[in-house]
Amino acid sequence: MSKKQALAGITRREALLLAAGASMVVAGGVVLGGGAAHADQKMIDDALMKLIGDKKPIDGKISLDLPQIAENGNTVPVGVTVDSPMTADNYVKAVHLFADGNPSPEVASLFFTVMSGKASASTRMRLAKTQNIIAVAEMSDGSTYRAKQEVKVTIGGCGG
Amino acid sequence: MAKNVKPRVRVPKKAAKGDIVEIKTLISHKMESGRRKGKDGKLVPQSIINKVSVTFNGKPVFDADWHPAISANPYMSFFAKVEESGEFAFKWIDDDGSIYEKKAKITVA
Repeated sequence: MSKKQALAGITRREALLLAAGASMVVAGGVVLGGGAAHADQKMIDDALMKLIGDKKPIDGKISLDLPQIAENGNTVPVGVTVDSPMTADNYVKAVHLFADGNPSPEVASLFFTVMSGKASASTRMRLAKTQNIIAVAEMSDGSTYRAKQEVKVTIGGCGG
Repeated sequence: MAKNVKPRVRVPKKAAKGDIVEIKTLISHKMESGRRKGKDGKLVPQSIINKVSVTFNGKPVFDADWHPAISANPYMSFFAKVEESGEFAFKWIDDDGSIYEKKAKITVA
């Protein structure tokens, strides 16, 4: 029994050492690679360009439901609701979610229809570190809106 | 095909005509991000569910494109306005081309 525990202790310690080593390597990589380990504004702009073209979203209409502090970055709840009557001539077509501190900024694209009744959805996402969540909504009339909110992350969730 | 993928959905059994009902879905899947290193120190290749789409009586209700930033065992909830009784059909599409499906009926009075 005690031998087993001791063995378990060693493997655990080794595991911790390995984990510490791995994070050092990652940190080193960031310094050497000039900070390419997370998304920047250009990556978000590029991703947005692909999704909505060169439209300039204005602030408003979107409310984000996010925790202020996420203890575990592996699973952070995110909800988004867009203010819209959701009728045939005025509805929300899509909402795109981005996380500006993740290695790649895209999180999800949500596509609504008039049959959705309500432009609201929620899911769970991984966040590598404390960062901003950005939502961009596309309406049926072509207008676009955006919202941004910060989430503080205690333990990152990128499996590095 | 990824192992042990089990889709689950929660749809109310009954609703009144014109109600907006909440639908919750959960599917067991590792959602391998492609950025994690395995025991051998090599990157584990990306393997995620990249799309989920939902129809009601054959008409599209809600779709989502997922990226590796979506958590393991992905959860998704959304709404649907129901005007008639019928069946929701849920479809998840895996990176490897596998399709996971689930159906749920609702009675509208």
